[in-house]
Amino acid sequence: MKTYDAIVVGAGHNGLTNAAFLAKAGLDVVCVEKNDYIGGATVSRNLYKDWWYSNCSYVCSLLRPEIYRELELHKHGLQVTPYGGSVQFMENGDYYGSYHDEEVAYREMARFSRHDADAYKRYSADTMRQCKFIRDFLLSTAPDPTSFKPKDLMEFARIGSKFTGMGEERMHETIRFWTMSVAEYLDEYFETDVIKAAFSGSGIIGTALGIHSPGTAYVLLHHYMGDVDGNVGSWGFARGGTGAVSSAIAGAYQAAGGELRTESGVEQIIVKNGNVTGVALENGDEIHGHIVVSAMDVKRTFLTCMDKNDLPEKFHKRVENFKIRGSSGKVNIALDGLPTFPALPEGSSLIHSDMHFIDSMERMERAYDDWKSGTWSQDPYIDMVIPTLNDPTMAPPGKHFMSCFVQYCPHQIDGRRWTQEEKEAFGETVINQIANYSPDFRDLILHAEIRTPQDIEDEIGITEGNIFHGELTMDQLLFNRPIPGYAQYRGPINGLYMCGSSNHPGGGIMAAPGANAAREILSDLRRPNTVPENWGDD
Amino acid sequence: MKHEPVHQGRLKSPFHSRLESLDTVNEWHQWKGYSSADQLYCSDTEYFAIRNATGVFDLTPMTKYRITGPDALDYLNRLVTRDMAKVRPGRVAYAVWCDDNGQVIDDGTIFHLREGEYRLCSQERHFAWLKAATLGFDVTITHETEDVAALAVQGPTSYSVLSKMNLEGLEELKPFGLMHFDFEGSELMISRTGFTGDLGYELWIDPDKAEALWDALFEAGELHGIRAIGTTALNMARIEAGYLAAYEEFLPADETIRTGVSRSPLELGLDWLVDFKKPNFNGRRALAEEKRNGSAWRLVKLDIEGNKEAHHSYIFSNAKARGGQIGFVTSAVWSPVCKQNIALGTVNTPHGKPGDTVWVEIYYQREMHWNRKMAKATVVDKPFWFPPRRGATPPGPY
Repeated sequence: MKTYDAIVVGAGHNGLTNAAFLAKAGLDVVCVEKNDYIGGATVSRNLYKDWWYSNCSYVCSLLRPEIYRELELHKHGLQVTPYGGSVQFMENGDYYGSYHDEEVAYREMARFSRHDADAYKRYSADTMRQCKFIRDFLLSTAPDPTSFKPKDLMEFARIGSKFTGMGEERMHETIRFWTMSVAEYLDEYFETDVIKAAFSGSGIIGTALGIHSPGTAYVLLHHYMGDVDGNVGSWGFARGGTGAVSSAIAGAYQAAGGELRTESGVEQIIVKNGNVTGVALENGDEIHGHIVVSAMDVKRTFLTCMDKNDLPEKFHKRVENFKIRGSSGKVNIALDGLPTFPALPEGSSLIHSDMHFIDSMERMERAYDDWKSGTWSQDPYIDMVIPTLNDPTMAPPGKHFMSCFVQYCPHQIDGRRWTQEEKEAFGETVINQIANYSPDFRDLILHAEIRTPQDIEDEIGITEGNIFHGELTMDQLLFNRPIPGYAQYRGPINGLYMCGSSNHPGGGIMAAPGANAAREILSDLRRPNTVPENWGDD
Repeated sequence: MKHEPVHQGRLKSPFHSRLESLDTVNEWHQWKGYSSADQLYCSDTEYFAIRNATGVFDLTPMTKYRITGPDALDYLNRLVTRDMAKVRPGRVAYAVWCDDNGQVIDDGTIFHLREGEYRLCSQERHFAWLKAATLGFDVTITHETEDVAALAVQGPTSYSVLSKMNLEGLEELKPFGLMHFDFEGSELMISRTGFTGDLGYELWIDPDKAEALWDALFEAGELHGIRAIGTTALNMARIEAGYLAAYEEFLPADETIRTGVSRSPLELGLDWLVDFKKPNFNGRRALAEEKRNGSAWRLVKLDIEGNKEAHHSYIFSNAKARGGQIGFVTSAVWSPVCKQNIALGTVNTPHGKPGDTVWVEIYYQREMHWNRKMAKATVVDKPFWFPPRRGATPPGPY
């Protein structure tokens, strides 16, 4: 029977990226996927008539441009179009809009507070400074602080010099920033509740933490550190929906000679004599390989797809305790037409923006309280976009696709599986909140897909449906991600590697964990590196 | 409650109708949200209006704050580096303010309008910073950019123009002085200030009276060569005068992302604005330390040989560029009035002392083709243009 050079488990964007760089290095690679479609959570699904749903991840900014270019994703059908702005609808009938034009954005902020409008530049510079710091380390392996290998020491020296180069005051600010809450961070700059609420959303998206929880300032950074065409912090839509990203990477992978097998879920990663030898599939087949690279999250990899006896005891315990909590749901809607939002002026550009329906920090925190009590937020934070205003390919002309990301939504209700009634009630909560600001919205709904973290886990396979494959808190970032001592993409067994978002630098459609893992693998195999270097901002 | 959207395009200043009617080229740019003219007819002609007659520039978009209250003086003395106690009512002071690290946040002019009542004028917007600095002071800060229309009236015949407007006592107004007049029932404030280094004034009035003021001014100036000017001409004049511009010669320190790209007042040649005799002001400690240990940068005025403008040039200590660059040019222009190739730049110390020779690497294009020249430059101490009429009181008719 054939033995592959590498078996990559999971055809999400990181698995595919990893597989593509290995194949480009000349390895004989097979990428196995449990579903009958590829992409994992980076996917466009045709779930209703002629509508294509970005039914998991829905916007794109973090995807490393170095990878985009190296894999020539444009030749494989990817086109990312930036979009701008956001709006926060308010209970009093007003709204706070954020505009692409700097001066218009200033005027709008000054409508609420001159102080905040002028403070924004400092906020922006301070946040951008943190982005600049972290951006340099996305496309590299986090150094091991206990290692004396020249590679680790050099990387630490590089981080150290970037850090000390900031100067004393900014070093202090940086250390503080990495552990503080997004609410505290925003309090340093702004006085207006709705403006703080607007910015705080990025601090909790995908996270089982509230705006007052330590560590959420970093989560905000995680949403700001990407770029579209060099505009740091800007977000875009992939033409054709988010699935265009994974199908383009798959195109590059297959062009490099890689093999893709769908409907091939892995039952177990096989270990013999302390070495990985292949995978056993759910359908009973076995595939042999010299190495196995798991793009699954760290819990699914080690707790579900491996024999406990093959793993070190302490490692196993650490994996069990890895924080990966379901906190976000989605409601994906096919619309018969464009809903109107009477609070907005006619013809407002804000219809193209991210829409939100929470206007205070109090409501943001209360939304989290519901989650802690074991249920979904009764007054949720929704990040709503209508990508079909931008993308003509996702719905018939004049019709629309609406993506609602919902924070917070638990993996289980009171510790048990969701019932169908609860799921529908969750969907109703979301639709209701939007309908409060759009009277014709409900009547335009043709079809809605309601997805709890449980559904995402069941279908995509991500533990608890956590979009980042694990919380982005300091104890699970950089050399701590996923587990101290195992932060360089190597598992505890010879030949076993990890390339999913549970690894540095974490979740989002970044493709960096997949690429970084490929670099480490190729180095172990003494093959030429095919993974591009970070371009750098300076 | 339905809210009107904030204005989506560029704002029009209260003088816009007048500028528009004179405009022949339709070249505008954005200045703090307002449409501002690059040029209205021809920037060269407009430049010579400043140096030869009178140029009128709409500076309404300039950021303005009113600072009042019993502690206004103490507050300002804490805020800026110079001693504001010396600036009496009716006087104007150029000032810089710094963060705690002694790095310049912005420069601007402070008008002591009346006892205890000030106006601060700056390029950038600083309400959050100014508010934060009020801690412990009984002082009120009001943003009044939109509430005050302003014109710069600059050039040798500017006094002749204004003298026809029935402004009693204007002849006694000294440089950096201000006076209040009545204009059609509104208060017209005139200061003898400007950004051109020449004889000139700035006029400040209620926006409702802006058009009337413009009309009266242009009627008075008809026989004195009065012309509206755009930013291109003004910028040429300000480089000749050796004045700094935010985002050219320095960046507001609180907006910088990288460390080491901001500048202290000492590094901008503004030592004379830093008064260490004051017990405390923002950045004092850091500036005192810098004064002891020496600065990293020095702002230089360069008199460059030849006639190729040195835009964005690297500066070297020698013609062979040995040792790498020591700095770069921040603003450059051919000075028509001095017939000199001039520039402002920033260089590492100890380079750039007055009288030093440095070399600038100039790239210039001739018929599509690029050429390179290493040009010798002398660091000069004084502004390139500093005519006696600038300070003459009473000013002559010129």
